[in-house]
Amino acid sequence: MTAQLRPSLAACPACVAAPHGGAEQAPTEARLALSLPGIHCQACISTVERELNAHPGIHSARVNLTLKRALIEADPDVRAADLIPVLEQAGFEAHELDLAALAATQNDKAGRDLLMRLAVAFFASMNVMLLSISVWSGASDATRDMFHWISAAITFPAIIFSAQPFFANAWTALRVGRLNMDVPIVLALVLALVTSLWETFLSGEHAYFDAALTLTFFLLAGRYLDYRTRAVARSAAEELAALEVPRAIRLLDGDEYEVPVADLAIGDLILVRPGGRMPVDGEIVSGQSELDRSLLTGETLPVFAEPGLAVSAGEVNLTGPLTIRATAVGEDTSLHRMTDLVAIAESGRSRYTSLADSAAKLYAPGVHILSALAFAGWYFYTFDIRTALNIAAAVLIITCPCALGLAVPAVTTAASGRLFKKGMLIKHATALERLAEVDTVVFDKTGTLTAGTPEVINLGDHARADLEIALALAEGSSHPLSAALSRAAREAGIKPASVQAITEVPGYGAEGIFRGARVRLGRAAWVGAAQGSQTAAWLDSGAGEAKPFLYTDALRPGAAEAVAALKAAGTNVLLISGDTTGAVEDLAGRLGISKWVAEALPADKSARVQLLADQGKKVLMVGDGLNDTAALAAAHVSISPASALDAARVASDIVLLGQDLEPIAEACGVAQKATRRIRENFRIATLYNVIAVPLAIAGLATPLIAALAMSTSSITVSLNALRLR
Amino acid sequence: MSVLAYLIPISLILGTVGLAAFFYTVRSNQYDDPEGDSRRILNDEWDDKPKP
Repeated sequence: MTAQLRPSLAACPACVAAPHGGAEQAPTEARLALSLPGIHCQACISTVERELNAHPGIHSARVNLTLKRALIEADPDVRAADLIPVLEQAGFEAHELDLAALAATQNDKAGRDLLMRLAVAFFASMNVMLLSISVWSGASDATRDMFHWISAAITFPAIIFSAQPFFANAWTALRVGRLNMDVPIVLALVLALVTSLWETFLSGEHAYFDAALTLTFFLLAGRYLDYRTRAVARSAAEELAALEVPRAIRLLDGDEYEVPVADLAIGDLILVRPGGRMPVDGEIVSGQSELDRSLLTGETLPVFAEPGLAVSAGEVNLTGPLTIRATAVGEDTSLHRMTDLVAIAESGRSRYTSLADSAAKLYAPGVHILSALAFAGWYFYTFDIRTALNIAAAVLIITCPCALGLAVPAVTTAASGRLFKKGMLIKHATALERLAEVDTVVFDKTGTLTAGTPEVINLGDHARADLEIALALAEGSSHPLSAALSRAAREAGIKPASVQAITEVPGYGAEGIFRGARVRLGRAAWVGAAQGSQTAAWLDSGAGEAKPFLYTDALRPGAAEAVAALKAAGTNVLLISGDTTGAVEDLAGRLGISKWVAEALPADKSARVQLLADQGKKVLMVGDGLNDTAALAAAHVSISPASALDAARVASDIVLLGQDLEPIAEACGVAQKATRRIRENFRIATLYNVIAVPLAIAGLATPLIAALAMSTSSITVSLNALRLR
Repeated sequence: MSVLAYLIPISLILGTVGLAAFFYTVRSNQYDDPEGDSRRILNDEWDDKPKP
C-alpha cells in the first residue's frame, strides 16, 4: 500500500523467489514492517526515516502515516528486533509486524479496480450528460442525432468496462437459477442501451444513454463505499494479527535459534521466556514457573509449572524460563482444534439474510413483472413493438435500484466511521444490522469485563512493618502479583525495608534476609500456609504466621458503565465464565449482574448461547479467550477486545480497539439508529418509484424525468445516511 | 453550429486527459498515504535541491 511497493515486489521473500523459478536463491533483500502507533506529525516521519536510514544494512525506509507503519528494505541479516531499540531511543514506540499476515491489504487490487471503473463511469456520464442537456433544451433533427451518436460512442465502451462487476454478479446468480439485485440492474442497462441505439438509428427523440451511465456511476459509488468500509476494518484487524509475529526459540545442542513457529516439529526442544506464549502443545522438560491459562480456560489463578506438566499452545509463561518438548504442532495443537468448533458454530450465522437481500428478494421479481406487463399492455394496445419496448425500458430504468444500491452502504459507511472513531472495528458486513436486533448480552469475565491485571484488596489489614518487607520482596520480582503489590504499596506511601540478598525462585516467589531472618513472599505452600480459593500472595515475615495479600481482578475501564447502560436500555445481561464460583459471584455482585454461570467449559458456553438462541433471543457475546471462541461464533453477533487471542478476534464480528468497554452500549444504539435509517432510505426510494413509475407506464416518462428521479432519490438517501455522523 | 465541431472534441479530449491523470495517480500508489503525503510538504530536508 505504500509508494515503495511496486507491483513487481510481492509481499514476502518467498513470493519474490517463486516466479523466477529455478534453484532456491538466497534472498538479497529482507523486507520488514514496523507498527508505529505513536507517530502523528511531519517531524515524526522525518525522525523515524532518518534514524532508520542511518542504520547499517538498511536500503530504504518509508513511513506511512495513514497506516502508522514503516516499511523497510534491508540486507537479509537485519532483524526487526535490532531496529526497535533504535526507534525507542528516538522516542517512538515500535512493534514488529508479520508481513505475511499483512499481505492481503498490501495489494489492494479489488479496491483499485472498483475505483478505476468508478472514474470511467463518472467521466463518461458527465460527458454524455452535457450532450443530453443540449438535447433536452431543444437540439433537434440532425444536431440531436449527432449528439445521440456521440453519446452512444462514449456509452458503449464505458458501460462494457465499468459495469463488469454487475454483469459478473448477475451471471453467477442466474447460473444457479436465482435472482439478486444485479439481475434487474443488468437487464435495465442492456435494455436501455439496445432501445436507445435503436431509437438513435431511427432518429428517435428519446435516448437513455445518460440514464444508463448515471445508474452505473451511482451503483458503483455504493459498491465502492461498501468495499472501503470493509477494507479499513480488515486492514486494522490484520494489523492486530500481524503484531503477533509467530516465532519461537528452538534449542539445538545448547544453542538458541529463532525460527518461525510453522517450522517447529514434534520432539523439538523449545525455550519459552517469562512473558512469552507457548507456541505449541508440549511437555515441560526443565525449569519452574507459573502459567497463566486465563485465555484458554478463563481461570485467573496461575498454575504452578514444573517438569512433566503438559502445556497447551496459547498459555503464558509468567516467571521463570521453561524448556518444553513439542508434542503437537500446527494443525494438531489444542488451539487449532478449538477453531474447528468455531467452524461448526459459524455455519448457523450464514443463514442471516441482510436487509438489502430481503429487499432485493421482493424487488427483483416485482420490477420484472411490472416491466413485462407494461410491455405486453402497450403491445396489445398499439401493436407497435418499438413503443412497447421503449416503455418497458423506461419502466426498468426508472425503477432501477440506484437509490437502493446506495441506501445500505451509505448508512453502514457513516455508522462504521462513527464507531471507528470510538475504537470499534466493524469486521462483518451485516454486523450492524444484527447488532441492532440484540436483546441479550453475554459477557465473559476474565480479560473481558476484567482487565486481566490483579489488584490488592486487603492492604489495610497488614502492619506497616510487614508491608515494608513485602514491598522490598515484591520489587525483586517481575511476577504480575508482585508488580501489583508494589504499585499499591508505593501509592500508599510505604518505603521498602532493607531486605538483603533478594532472589526470585521461579514458580514459588521471592525470598531474602531481613535482620538475620529469612523472609518470603510467594505461593501458599511455599511459606507453609493453606491454599485458599482466592488469588493470594503470602508473606512470611520471619515472625509468626504467614499473612495473605488477597487479589481481585481489576475491572476493565468502562465495564461498569457499559453494563449499566445496557441494563438501562432494557437488555438482558448475563455473565458466563470459566473461573471459580467465588470470583464470578463477586464480580457479578460488583457490576449488578443477577444472572451468572461459573466454571463453564468452552462447550458449555456455546451450548448456553445456543440455548438462548433457541428461545428466540438475539445474543450478543462479548469475550476474549480461546474458551469463548465457539460461543462467539454461535452468538447472533459478537465482540472481542483487541487483547483477545487471534482465534477469538477472527470469530467475532466487531473488535474493540481500545481498553474501554463503554462503546459497546453506544454501538448498540448506533446500530439501531443505522437500521432505522436503512429502512427510511428504502421508503424514500420506494416513494420516488411510486411517483415516477405510473408516469413511465403511462408512456409519459422522458429521459429528463428519469435522470431527475434517479439523481434526487440517490442524493436524498445519501444525505439521510449522513445524518448518522 | 460549426463551433460544435471544435468544442465537442476539445471537451472530450480534456476529459480524457483528466481521466488518464487519475489512472496514473491510482496506478503509482499515490492514494496510499494521504495523511503522510499532506504532512511531507512541511519537510525541509530537500528544500535546497531535489532528492537525488
